[in-house]
Formats: sequence, structure tokens, C-alpha cells
Amino acid sequence: MADPLLSVRNLKTYFYTDEGVVRAVDGLSYDLHRGETLGIVGESGSGKSVHALSVMRLIPTPPGKIVDGQILFEGRDLLKLSDEQMRRIRGNRIAMVFQEPMTSLNPVLTIGEQIAEAIILHQHLDKRAAWTRAAEMLERVKIPLARQRVKDYPHQFSGGMRQRVMIAMALSCNPSVLIADEPTTALDVTIQAQIIELMRELQRDFGTSIIMITHNLGVVAEMCDNVVVMYAGRPIETTTIKRIFQEPKHPYTWGLLHSVPKLYERRERLIPIEGQPPSLIDLPPGCSFAPRCPFAMEICVQADPPDFPVGPTHTAKCYLYSDKATEKEKKAAAAAGLAASSLSGS
Amino acid sequence: MARLPASGSPAVPRPGPGRARLEPAQGSGQGFWALAWYRFRHHKVALAGAAVVLVLVLVTLLAGPIAPYRFEDIDLTARLRSPSWRHLLGTDTIGHDVFTRLLYAGRVSLLVGFSAAVAAASAGILIGATAGFYGGWLDNVLMRITDVSLALPDLPILIVLSKYLGGSVAGIVFVISLFAWRGVARLVRGEVLKLRGQEFADAARALGATDLRILARHLVPNTLAPVIVAATLIVGGAILTEAALSFLGIGIQPPVPSWGNMLQNAQDFILSAPRRRPQGRSGPPAQALGHRAGSRDA
Repeated sequence: MADPLLSVRNLKTYFYTDEGVVRAVDGLSYDLHRGETLGIVGESGSGKSVHALSVMRLIPTPPGKIVDGQILFEGRDLLKLSDEQMRRIRGNRIAMVFQEPMTSLNPVLTIGEQIAEAIILHQHLDKRAAWTRAAEMLERVKIPLARQRVKDYPHQFSGGMRQRVMIAMALSCNPSVLIADEPTTALDVTIQAQIIELMRELQRDFGTSIIMITHNLGVVAEMCDNVVVMYAGRPIETTTIKRIFQEPKHPYTWGLLHSVPKLYERRERLIPIEGQPPSLIDLPPGCSFAPRCPFAMEICVQADPPDFPVGPTHTAKCYLYSDKATEKEKKAAAAAGLAASSLSGS
Repeated sequence: MARLPASGSPAVPRPGPGRARLEPAQGSGQGFWALAWYRFRHHKVALAGAAVVLVLVLVTLLAGPIAPYRFEDIDLTARLRSPSWRHLLGTDTIGHDVFTRLLYAGRVSLLVGFSAAVAAASAGILIGATAGFYGGWLDNVLMRITDVSLALPDLPILIVLSKYLGGSVAGIVFVISLFAWRGVARLVRGEVLKLRGQEFADAARALGATDLRILARHLVPNTLAPVIVAATLIVGGAILTEAALSFLGIGIQPPVPSWGNMLQNAQDFILSAPRRRPQGRSGPPAQALGHRAGSRDA
């Protein structure tokens, strides 16, 4: 395969607080290829959003700091760029859509002014040309009467419309990478589907690579090619979209699949994952999921498991796939994995 | 404010084909301004206040054509005259026409008031926004300076400074704004502190905007509503301070008239010839009204 467009290597972002060091992202690695959509899945506090801000180099410092790792974008390490060089990449080559469309737009500027801003900043068009382009972008994201609505203020738009505006802003400079941080979480379900559809369509047209950060496995199934499942700041399973639903390997992934409601299936109740995610301040020495894991073995609380290859382009950070696990334990795990995959029958 | 068309539409205009012909610059402001104008027209007190301000501004700006004399004209044969048709508000100790001087003095007072407000608000925005945005030691230093300057007694220092800087309009404006920026600075700092954590600031940064751009284009405009209110209050305060300094003889120096130095001129006759101190009656009420109306206007 060709060189990846964006390659994150062993990224570690810590926050130094009064209570101790919060290891928000602790050794994340992945590759993003051109035109690909990578899903980053995990529950709240798993480090998904912090990772996104790290890639944009928008971590507030202090208290946050990227302590280790590389973020290679087109071969250059973003962490080594000057602030000025990084500024030219933000919004231009790598753009971001935030979760909360209601507060991500400046209330005192018209949306045309806000879309035009990125265009003026990076493409050095004059005002009129930038304005025309802003109106075009608004049309691309299917806002009715776009040419008139560029002159409207954010409060004159609904949440879904505003998210469309955010997408228009993010794509206005035709970036190679779009980081979407839970872009549909704050929206109604019907609007969510429209936004997903819109993003897929624009991805086809613009050839943008997307990093889709979400806790919604439905969104992953709709959009993504590859998936990284994160837990407590670490990637615990990395694979393709097909395999995550058909052959999930990590017990945490099974838990996630068990807790997704299904429309066509009458389940008495969802099976939540027992317990709480660990505090990121003092993680136990072993696997961070071990305290909640029904398959935890002795080794799991003693040492953090490395990534084990469990198939082509599929790794799981779990001792069940090492020679530490007995045949019996492996069998039980395989059965559980099968049960979890059967849930996603679609 | 009267330059806006009274469209009569009660709410923000809906986007429709009719809006297409508007120029961007005009269209971008229309929804907001139309709404503000609509509210304003239906607020009787605001309208009354605006009318007073408007009359004051017009009369003082048109002092040239309206006034029957020049403000420095002296008629030594007609000193301390009572109001008459020749001298509408009488004359003062050295034979100046009081009505004429009242008009010109209003011009000086309003000029001082508005200039001081603009200067103080600009300085306040600059200092407050810097402190709020960058935080840390810079914030600490700037805010401690603000606190210290707030703790100093204004009037004695004003008097001392005016001794050296007063006399000219520019000097007075400088001295007054030296004491008026603090409130604005605190206000803006607080707002910027709150706003910089909001998502649209992050979004702007994610678009590659520089610090300066985020501050000037995204944060400061969002703080303007309270700043405008504060600045209007400064206008009134500055007019009164100027009057006080001039009254003490260290503000605007004669022959240039100001409401303050006219009062000073009149104070000797306050008991002996109350009718001949019309400036004593009309000066302060005019200021008070201007002050009030000014604040309501916001």
C-alpha cells in the first residue's frame, strides 16, 4: 500500500493537573490513507477528542502537553513544525468539525464572513472572490437559498444547518484530512443521517480523508473503512470495518457491540459493560480494561498487554491471543466473540 | 440612527427572494439593525433621551449659525446684563454673551465627553483583551496595575495632572481617559476570559487564525455590547469631570468656553444676582440630561 497520508505513532498527550498526571492519550498509533475514513471509537473520556486536538496541535499548554510520539502528515512530523507552519496547515490541509454546532460559530459574524475567513487566510483570495466561494460551499452542503443565506447570522440557522455550515467551513480550503469530532452527536437522529450522507457525498467529490471520532457504532458502520477502538487513552483493537463487526476480538469491543440497541431484534435488555472506566490519573499496572473484563486472567492485572496480531490488518491488545491464555480460556473467548458478532447481523 | 429605513417589519426579515438584491455589506447588518431600530422606536423613554441628545448635538454643532455673537466677543458696556432680546441669557462679568458661550461650551463639553469615551474604551479594550486572552503573568501584571489605579483617589490626581496637562481640550481628554479606562478593561478582560474558552474560538484556531485575528475578529466584537454601555456612561462622567476641573479653574481655559468655567465665572453672583447666572441653571441640567439621555440611548 502507498505511504499513509497521516500516520500517528505512539502519541502520548498528558495533562499535568494538581491531582496528578492525566494520561489522556497514552500510546496511540494508526495510519490514515488517502480517501479513507478511519473511525475512532470509544466511550467518553477515552481520549478520542484529546487525540484530535493533538493532531491539530490545539492542546492547551499548560496544563496539557504532547510528551511523546510522532504525527507524520505527508511525511512531515507536525510536532516539529513551528507555530507559523502549523497555522498554515490548520484549516488548509487538515480541518476540523466540532461536536457542538450551536457554539462553534461566532454569533456576531455572518456565516458568509466565517466561511470566507478560512479562504482569505489560506488561499489569499480577495474579499469578493472569497465571498463567492463561501456561497458555493454553502450550496455544496445543500443549504437552501445559499446565496442569500450567506448574509445570515448563526442564530438564524438550526443545529443541523449549522453543522452543515461547519462542514462547509472545514472543506472550504479543500483539506486532505478532515477530523470530525462527534459531528452528529448533538443532532437529532434524522438530521444525523443527513449529515452522514452529506459527508460521504462530499468525501467522494473532494477526495478527503476523514477521521471520524464517535462513540456511535452505527455511524462507524455507515461511514468508516477502518476502525480504532480506544479505551482509557490506548488503542485496544485496530482493524477493518468488516472485521470489527464480524470478528471482534477484544472483550471491550464485545461489550460495546452488546450495548448497541437494535431496531429489528427484540432483546429483553441491553447488556452494559459492568463498572466504570478507570481514572486516567493512576492507571493500574496491567490492562486498563482488566477490572471490568469478564475474561481477565492473572497476567492481565500484572502487565499491560502489547498488540497481538489476530488476523490480516487486525490487532488486539489482549492476552487472550497470547500463549498466556489456556485453550479453555481461548475457547470461551471465541464463543463470546461469536455471540457479539452475531448481534451485528446486518 | 435615522439613516436606517423604517421598514416597519416587526421581526428579522425572513430570507426570501427580496433579499437577494441587497449588497453584502448592507445585508449583513440588516437583520440585526432592523430589529434594534424596531425595538428602539417602541421605547418611549429611549426616544425621548435620543431626542434630547440629538437636540444638544445639533445645537452645539450649529453654534456658528445659531449664536448671535462670536464666543470671544466682549461688550464692556454691557456687563452683567439680565436676559433680554439682545442677550437671550444675559452677559457675564466682562460682557460675553452667555447664550453664545453656552452653545460653544456645549460643543467643547460634548467633544471632551465623546473623545474621552472613545480613548478610554479603546485603551480599556486593548488592555483588557490582552490580559484576558493571554492570561498568566501578563494578566496578573495588567490587572494589578488596573487595581492599583482604581485604588488611587481620582480627583486629587486629576487636579495635579491637569495643572500640567490641562488647558487644552486634548490635555483634558487625556487626563480624563487616564481614569476612565479601568472599568472597561476589567469588563473586557472578564468577557474575553469567558469567550476564549468557547468553541467558536477553538474553531477559529482550527481554521488557522492567528491570535490577533481571533482576538480582534472573534472575541472583541462579542464584548462590544457591555463596552458600549460602559462607554456611554463614560461620556456623561467625562462631561461632568471636565466641568468640575474647569470649575476649579484648571480645565479648559478662557476664552474658550466650557460649562465648567462658565459656572466658575458665575459663582460670585449666585446669591447676589441669581437671575444673572443663567448659566448656573441651564449648564448642569443640560449636562444631566445629556448624561441620562446618553445612557438610555444604549
